[in-house]
Amino acid sequence: MKNFLISIKLTLVLVVICSLVFPALISMVGKLTPGGGKGETVVAHGRVVGYEKIGQKFTADKYFWGRPSAVDYNAAGSAGSNKGPSNPDYLKTVQDRIDSFLVHNPGVKKEDIPAEMVTASGSGLDPDLSPESAYIQVKRVAETRGMTADKVKALVDEHIEKPLLGILGPSKINVLKLNVALDEIGSRR
Amino acid sequence: MNTEILGVILTFLITVLLAFPLGKYIAKVFKGERTITDFMNPVERVIFRVSGINPNASMDWKQFLKAMLSINLLWFVYAFFALLFQDKLPLNPDGNPAQTPDLAFNTAISFLVNCNLQHYSGETGVTYFTQLFVLAFLQFVSAATGIAALVALFNGIKEKTTNNLGNFWNLLVKTTTRILLPICFVGAILLAFNGTPTSYDGKDSIVTLQGDSVQVSRGPAAGFIAIKHLGTNGGGWFGANSAHPLENPTYFTGMLELILQVIIPIAMIFAMGFYINRKKFAYVIFGVMTVGMLCLLIPTIVTEIHGNPAIAKLGVTQATGAMEGKEVRFGPALSGYWSIITTVISTGSVNSMHDSSMAVSGLMQLLAMMINAFYGGCGVGILNYYIYIIIAVFISGLMVGRTPEFMGHKVEAREIKIASMVWLLSAILVKGGAAMAAYLVTHHPDVAWAVKPSAWLNNPSYHGFSEMLYEFTSSNANNGSGFEGLGDNNIFWNVSTGIVLILARFIPIIGPIAIAGLLANKKFIPESPGTLRTDSFTFGAMTFAVIVIVNALSFFPALALGPIAEYFSLQ
Repeated sequence: MKNFLISIKLTLVLVVICSLVFPALISMVGKLTPGGGKGETVVAHGRVVGYEKIGQKFTADKYFWGRPSAVDYNAAGSAGSNKGPSNPDYLKTVQDRIDSFLVHNPGVKKEDIPAEMVTASGSGLDPDLSPESAYIQVKRVAETRGMTADKVKALVDEHIEKPLLGILGPSKINVLKLNVALDEIGSRR
Repeated sequence: MNTEILGVILTFLITVLLAFPLGKYIAKVFKGERTITDFMNPVERVIFRVSGINPNASMDWKQFLKAMLSINLLWFVYAFFALLFQDKLPLNPDGNPAQTPDLAFNTAISFLVNCNLQHYSGETGVTYFTQLFVLAFLQFVSAATGIAALVALFNGIKEKTTNNLGNFWNLLVKTTTRILLPICFVGAILLAFNGTPTSYDGKDSIVTLQGDSVQVSRGPAAGFIAIKHLGTNGGGWFGANSAHPLENPTYFTGMLELILQVIIPIAMIFAMGFYINRKKFAYVIFGVMTVGMLCLLIPTIVTEIHGNPAIAKLGVTQATGAMEGKEVRFGPALSGYWSIITTVISTGSVNSMHDSSMAVSGLMQLLAMMINAFYGGCGVGILNYYIYIIIAVFISGLMVGRTPEFMGHKVEAREIKIASMVWLLSAILVKGGAAMAAYLVTHHPDVAWAVKPSAWLNNPSYHGFSEMLYEFTSSNANNGSGFEGLGDNNIFWNVSTGIVLILARFIPIIGPIAIAGLLANKKFIPESPGTLRTDSFTFGAMTFAVIVIVNALSFFPALALGPIAEYFSLQ
């Protein structure tokens, strides 16, 4: 019985410390961060068009596409496909994605498509692409927008984020920022 | 060298370099020596006064366990009812509904036992109140419970003959104030400055660049994510866990979260060396555990970088490895490293979807959880390893024909019986559970549960069996990761894994504490030339062999039906 009395009182004190004071302190410090603790947004065309860290759906040919998403880029319900590597239905889905990619990107060879372009990300909200996945879309984007391929490729190169400290982890490109930059060039002309 | 491999190596090295001084510090805290966190003294005095605790009162092993079990029971009741009525409680800006009783039962237990299995999705299944006041709270105190139990074991080993394993309340509070809170504070701030949200605002509605309307879940996640890793809990704020770009925004946070989750398990090994004053014993254990971890890690990373052979047959290039279920910013190497770290210790957070891992990686993840003692969860990892040590001592004793001894105490029938029961338990729970589930899927596919057995599996054939095996293995290891394709939010999975969770948490804590208490009560026998030296590398190798044999005997047949069969089908 004595144990239970102590338990009740100790639980109350620890809840106050760990669940009230601790997150409130973090939240106060969080106000000093770039996004004010609410997440960093990206502005284009005079409005907020998304969160920098959260991938969004791009299906139009004039934009660089991100990776396939198991939840159709629903940022209120993140998830992966959870398909196993040997699942025949899954392999059919991948085959369909390859076919559809080739239709939209004539001239691209199948063996040049990086697997990440036809496999779904873990969160369904992956904001990034590897440089290779952006390069193979350059021709399509340039033709749709009436720009030269060199110019689009230069823009892609500009948006490559190098590995951490130049030595740790993969290089990547934020798809949303790249597409915003494309739109900006378009509107300047 | 490849930047991805370098990232993995550096992450591990930084972890060990930080864990060593942390271990020294932890030993000082529990010895009651002066440390840099003595500014917490007044806070602790208030906690003790308000709660009516005398932190210096001694406890024998039975009193210690009674105190631990009473407060755990209270936490379960609190969590269960809070989740059941969360829709009526404050801090619910997204208007999420209450949990069903079976889901609340599972969630409450799962967080109570440091597992965080999560049969709900973070964006819709819980509220900010239950995330912070129930789940994050349990993430703190369940980790502290494990560490307190381990320190009790240290106390039993340290003294020649003693009744006193330490005061449970004192150990629980000090772990929270001196270890968990300060490190979490630093971790949460680093996460916040790298893009993890901290504000209490609810979902945001935006129109994307292309013109689609999207809602974006957010919330005060940074503190939660810090303790979820530091306490080896693993439950995600968002559904996709640490694959979610707000929960784990950059490669830097990927490294940070990896360091946070394994730093206490490694530090506790060093802390043991300093605390019981047998440093070589600790270094040998660290060596055995590291070798074990590497045996699981290397095949995983190689396979993931190599990519999926079935995708290669479709003709696309896999220069970036197997990417299904993975994020570009982490890549296959760090994702592979994460999947092994999170399963050898009992975190269970993920930065890639394990269900989509290659067959070899799935096998390694399962093995990591079955062994559950290469570093292991906060506190409990070494408790599990202690059971393997007792069995190794016993077998070595039989081999040389002497009464087995450990640290100057005779290990007799009663201790061996307890140790055997603990390790037999996991084989029974894992295989029994998976067998029951497989039976239902094949013979009763249409039972009218929220998810019918015929709809449980997201993948056919061997991989489907692996999904069920993984769920029970994860529950038994109190790990919490999953082959998440499994349709597990229904009464069968909620109740069965809930029961496995409780048994697999408390029996492997009670067992070692009881053994330590019983041994510490016995007469101390000074070392002689004939004593089996438990701090030698030979004994380390012996323990490793015991771990391999015991787990191969227990689990090989089940693994052969799942990932091993899948591996051969993919060739």
